[in-house]
Amino acid sequence: MAETHSLQDLRQAAVASKVFVQRDYTSGTICKFQTKFPAELESRIDKQQFEETMQTLNNLYAEAEKLGGRSYLEGCLACLTAYTIFLCMETHYEKVLKKIAKYIQEQNEKIFAPLGLLLTDPIERGLRVVSFPTSKHHAGRSVPWLDCH
Amino acid sequence: MMKNREYQQIDPQALATPTPTPPPRPLPEHKPKRARRKWEVFPGKNRFYCNGRIIVARQSGVLPLTLGLILLTSGLFFVFDCPFLVKHLTSCIPAIGGVLFVFVVISLFQTSFTDPGILPRATPEEAADIEKQIDNPTGSSSSYRPPPRTKEVIINQQVVKLKYCFTCKIFRPPRTSHCSLCDNCVERFDHHCPWVGNCVGKRNYRFFYTFVVSLSFLTAFIFGCVTTHLALRSQGGNGLVFALQSSPASALELVVCFFSVWSILGLSGFHTYLVAANLTTNEDIKGSWSGKSGNEDVGNPYSYNSMIKNCCSVLCGPMPPSLIDRRGFVPSDDSVQTSPVEIELPAAKNDINMCTHGTKGLLETASRSPLLTSSCPQAKPQAAPAFLEPLPETTAGRQSTNTPHKHHSHHRSKGKQASHHTHKTSNSSPRPHHSHSSRRKDSKNRDPKFSSLR
Repeated sequence: MAETHSLQDLRQAAVASKVFVQRDYTSGTICKFQTKFPAELESRIDKQQFEETMQTLNNLYAEAEKLGGRSYLEGCLACLTAYTIFLCMETHYEKVLKKIAKYIQEQNEKIFAPLGLLLTDPIERGLRVVSFPTSKHHAGRSVPWLDCH
Repeated sequence: MMKNREYQQIDPQALATPTPTPPPRPLPEHKPKRARRKWEVFPGKNRFYCNGRIIVARQSGVLPLTLGLILLTSGLFFVFDCPFLVKHLTSCIPAIGGVLFVFVVISLFQTSFTDPGILPRATPEEAADIEKQIDNPTGSSSSYRPPPRTKEVIINQQVVKLKYCFTCKIFRPPRTSHCSLCDNCVERFDHHCPWVGNCVGKRNYRFFYTFVVSLSFLTAFIFGCVTTHLALRSQGGNGLVFALQSSPASALELVVCFFSVWSILGLSGFHTYLVAANLTTNEDIKGSWSGKSGNEDVGNPYSYNSMIKNCCSVLCGPMPPSLIDRRGFVPSDDSVQTSPVEIELPAAKNDINMCTHGTKGLLETASRSPLLTSSCPQAKPQAAPAFLEPLPETTAGRQSTNTPHKHHSHHRSKGKQASHHTHKTSNSSPRPHHSHSSRRKDSKNRDPKFSSLR
């Protein structure tokens, strides 16, 4: 029993801290994350790679929230049907969220998992913050996971 | 060789002995628990129906009254006034009335039952990270609430202050406000409407606007039709009194419509102005952008400076998703631990020596890891393993920063739960929307409820 407890402790100790990247509100209330490279990740991941990932995520969210002909059409149609089409149809935003989830999964498989990191979907954290769990004990070996909020 | 044979003879027996004794049952703690949905452990003051599909504020306010009045007045109209008007005027009247009535009821239900844009509360790791970023020069020993933490951000060449929410443990995004009645931070918070029994925020503002506008049309329409009806009846020398006596339902409708049409028309006019200026009721009341504090050129940084674009973005913009994921399942401790185990096991075995010292850090991380993928800290304390009991010592620093919050937060039990003290949370209710500790706060909440009656 003592052995299993210590093994559990070890697994849990592998995740020591998380690095969070907050939202960037300088453009207003749209969903955008800061692209500044956090200092704690310097040894873990390439700066270029990080910024590219964040920029792609920001672009995808911008596409979801874009005010254009398509969103206006969807909005007007919804208004005319007393918004009942929201019950049957998937909104544009939801479609882009699925795209984002797929992108994050791809990034995990190709880039982050080999480095021992995992990116989780920001939607699970209320689109508020991007977090990168890092492990201080097992640098480079264990698998903390990146919570991308 | 004899020995070998003996060994060979013994071996099958040695192998056979374990089989009669069945292996001990798996740990009794791993009973299959019913997976709980996130709405069941939601920390705010909301109620959920249809297994999380429908969300309403805890106090339904006067929603039954609103619905009752609408149904009653419309019902009386269709039953008593329409036949007369169809005979004397046109059959379009019940058709128009029907369309308006359907719009009103549907948009009312959507306003009341939609998530207004509630922000989920911060996970403990998030909250701890934010605390680290904030300087707290007064130290953790003070017993009074520290001054409100603010963060300044420049939006559209204007300085906007983001306030820290002590209940949700986040810096509120711009235009977000914490509703004390629902105990949630709501994005683009407009107001808490007791008539619909819900907050009005980013996600349901368009429904609310549709409701108010269509209701004002419906009320005006019924008022006009009833007046026409009574006028037609009182023609031919009969007089108004006769008309009222022959159709008493119309009299009731007239009274209801007369008293409500002014306020509803006023409300729809006010909200049309807000939509065109891309403002919220909250901002308008506080005068955030009207420059009342004497600032020069304080304008609304969110406005597109074009009425049409403002209207389009508010009413026809993309529909943001609900961030609270009511129907998702709360990840149990088992599921959280199994996924990392599969990946981390090879590394963990090699590092036994490293991890034996630093038990304090061990306990801290052990407490954190079950909580990592959960957005609801309250689910965790119930499932926390027993070895987390000494945790309060390690999180003493965190606890003392929470004590000043107690005076501010409406729910002390929730404040404690957020700091995951397992032995304390076992007493508090896992059903936050029925928590009795907050009942005594309701009397205090009545005042803000009436002040928000707009």
